[in-house]
Amino acid sequence: MSKTPLLDQLESGPWPSFVTDLKRIAAKKPQVLDLLGQLERSYQEKITHWKHGGIVGVLGYGSGIIGRYSDLPDEFPGVEHFHTMRINQPSGWFYTTAALRQLCDIWDKHGSSVMNLHGATGDVIFLGCRTENLEPCFAELTAAGWDLGGSGSTFRSPSCCVGPARCEWSCYDTMEACYEITQEMQFDLHRPSYPYKYKIKFSGCPNDCVAAVARADLSVIGVWKDDIRVDQSAVQAYAGGELKPKGGGAHVDKLDVQADVVGLCPTYCMSYDGKTLKIDDRNCNHCMHCINMMPQALRPGTETGAAILLGSHAPILEGAQLSWVIQPFMVMESPYDEFKELNSRITEWWAEHGKNRERVGELILRLGMREFLEAAELPPAPQQVRIPRANPFFFWNQSDFDAEAKGRKYYQTEGFDVE
Amino acid sequence: MSERKTDIGPPHYEQFLPPIIKENYGKWKYHEIPEPGVLKHVSESGAELYSVRAGASRLISTDFVREVCDLADKFCDGYFRFTSRNNIEFLLTDKARIEPLKKDLKELGWPVGGTGHSVTSIIHTQGWVHCHTPAIDASGPVKAVMDDLFEYFGSHQLPAQVRIALACCINMCGAVHCSDIAMCGVHRTVPKIDHQKLRHLCEIPTTIASCPTGAIRPHPDKSIKSVVVNEPRCMYCGNCYTMCPALPCFDSEKGGVALLVGGKVSNAKSPPAFSRLAVPYIPNNPPRWPETVETIRKILIKYAEGANKWERLGEWIERIGWEKFFEVCDLPFTFQHIDDYKFQAYETYRTSMHFKF
Repeated sequence: MSKTPLLDQLESGPWPSFVTDLKRIAAKKPQVLDLLGQLERSYQEKITHWKHGGIVGVLGYGSGIIGRYSDLPDEFPGVEHFHTMRINQPSGWFYTTAALRQLCDIWDKHGSSVMNLHGATGDVIFLGCRTENLEPCFAELTAAGWDLGGSGSTFRSPSCCVGPARCEWSCYDTMEACYEITQEMQFDLHRPSYPYKYKIKFSGCPNDCVAAVARADLSVIGVWKDDIRVDQSAVQAYAGGELKPKGGGAHVDKLDVQADVVGLCPTYCMSYDGKTLKIDDRNCNHCMHCINMMPQALRPGTETGAAILLGSHAPILEGAQLSWVIQPFMVMESPYDEFKELNSRITEWWAEHGKNRERVGELILRLGMREFLEAAELPPAPQQVRIPRANPFFFWNQSDFDAEAKGRKYYQTEGFDVE
Repeated sequence: MSERKTDIGPPHYEQFLPPIIKENYGKWKYHEIPEPGVLKHVSESGAELYSVRAGASRLISTDFVREVCDLADKFCDGYFRFTSRNNIEFLLTDKARIEPLKKDLKELGWPVGGTGHSVTSIIHTQGWVHCHTPAIDASGPVKAVMDDLFEYFGSHQLPAQVRIALACCINMCGAVHCSDIAMCGVHRTVPKIDHQKLRHLCEIPTTIASCPTGAIRPHPDKSIKSVVVNEPRCMYCGNCYTMCPALPCFDSEKGGVALLVGGKVSNAKSPPAFSRLAVPYIPNNPPRWPETVETIRKILIKYAEGANKWERLGEWIERIGWEKFFEVCDLPFTFQHIDDYKFQAYETYRTSMHFKF
């Protein structure tokens, strides 16, 4: 009789089965047989059988390894130690088969052969390493050119969308920015020195394919400042049905340019007279809807960069937040000095003022947006808010009065007084 | 030890890019989706790149990865990538290779799809296979839901794309809080304090500070160096357990699945939005979580029937109103649906006469 009657029920059905995949590994790796045994027990009892944490790691690093121990080690000795290793992924999750086979070889040798491609933050995840195998596994990984990613209260492995490698909408080089910032931040990535986790994600356009606005403390989202590029003959081809909406990715065969594009523009900044599509670009809010609908007719402009947003995190602890705009536009070009400097002003302020396990977005809510913006040397801008405050409870600092005394209207930040 | 390498970072991506991408980097002009699961990108140079997308589990073995590698060697000169939603993409320059690749994928049982107006792969967390705080499993419910919605993975028949996510507890490592449909594992048990363990394992001030609702106090009997929990104030977040292993809040019977709906991250038409509570609790029912699967299908079908073309699930609900959503989907509205947690609560209360009966 099968030892895993409940898990066996996940072997049927059309979607690929992780149970079938793990079972064939279990034939070679006794720890995976125990992993399935313990998982079956959880399916019976509806409760986890992993113990709380445990500090393990490789020499000199305080991150990249998450300790994991079974609470049933006598029954399932193979998973007594079953630590996680996070390996920093390459930009855009591109691989050669040679590189991935090398990772597989290392993992078959030192671990359970079970992995994720990829974890929620973006890393390659190796699941199931014994403590004594961590250091040899790490040594082989670095010898092959790979390094660990972040975990705990560190700078986490940044991730990015496919960007200019395979997308016509990317407003900056997400792949290069992700790589360069990851290299710049190696010390903070491997040594916990922050109040809590800190993530950066790079999306090339407001479609935000890596969910930067929801999943990164610092969200870098590509945007253009000039006009949407329009190919009027292609607009006609969409209107005539020769080209399919969304490149064919929709349930609709023929686009109604007036109803589906112009009529759904959130700013009503477009018009179409049956011949020419007109866009009032100064009133476009860069939502991407029209471009998504007609990818052969419309493209983002050429004066491009990124908006910088800050603060998002999942509900722990003060409730989920989305990132908000702190700088509406930044030119994103190597060596990314402006971005690196802003990033270090943010992390320094947060490291100084943040409480243990307080995300940067929560700290800003606690201390106030003004205090943050002044520390980050960012002037107030209407793009930062959806609407201004409705209450009269605003503060005046000495710097505001000093600016007034100097005959200036308002204080914005050092060097940015409004005359 | 002198040869020990550290802080080298990930390998440079350029060595992993196929020649066609190196040649056309930043020069892509437009894309098409000729059929579900196949993307065609055309460069300003006229070069054409075909990406064939296939669904996979997130929890995989090196055997599986080697099979992917064999296919990529056979069809793509050894180059391929993964998407942000754990799909595999085979990168082809020769259009004629698409059909043979699809045939091989079919034989291996890897579905082609996940593009355009589909239900693409579910992003998820570890669950019982690797995590110490889950209320539910992750890979199991994901497999059960994808089996059930399989027809939507390989087709473009929905009003817009539908992004489903699963987090096995409210820590939401999978950041499911902005998904069209989110499954979230919930605990419903107040921490069971192990006073003996607590005095040896935990720092009392940090344990008290970890509670977002201020429900934890020092034990009134000072000779017992421990804490007490004000039970009515506990909403089972497990944050205290993260700080102090002597406060487990697990329970075989009371844990389950909450469903949240209507979130998105894209800016297209409407701004990014959080998912909102649709169903506060569905019993934990391994191995296939039938009640969860059935409720998700019901919401998806009602959305597909009711939404205008191009409307995301949340945009449909916003248009018809949440009171209609609960009516149409035949879901009960409960006290749990009304927010009473901190700063976000007020903005969810209705302050207008704009509602329906």
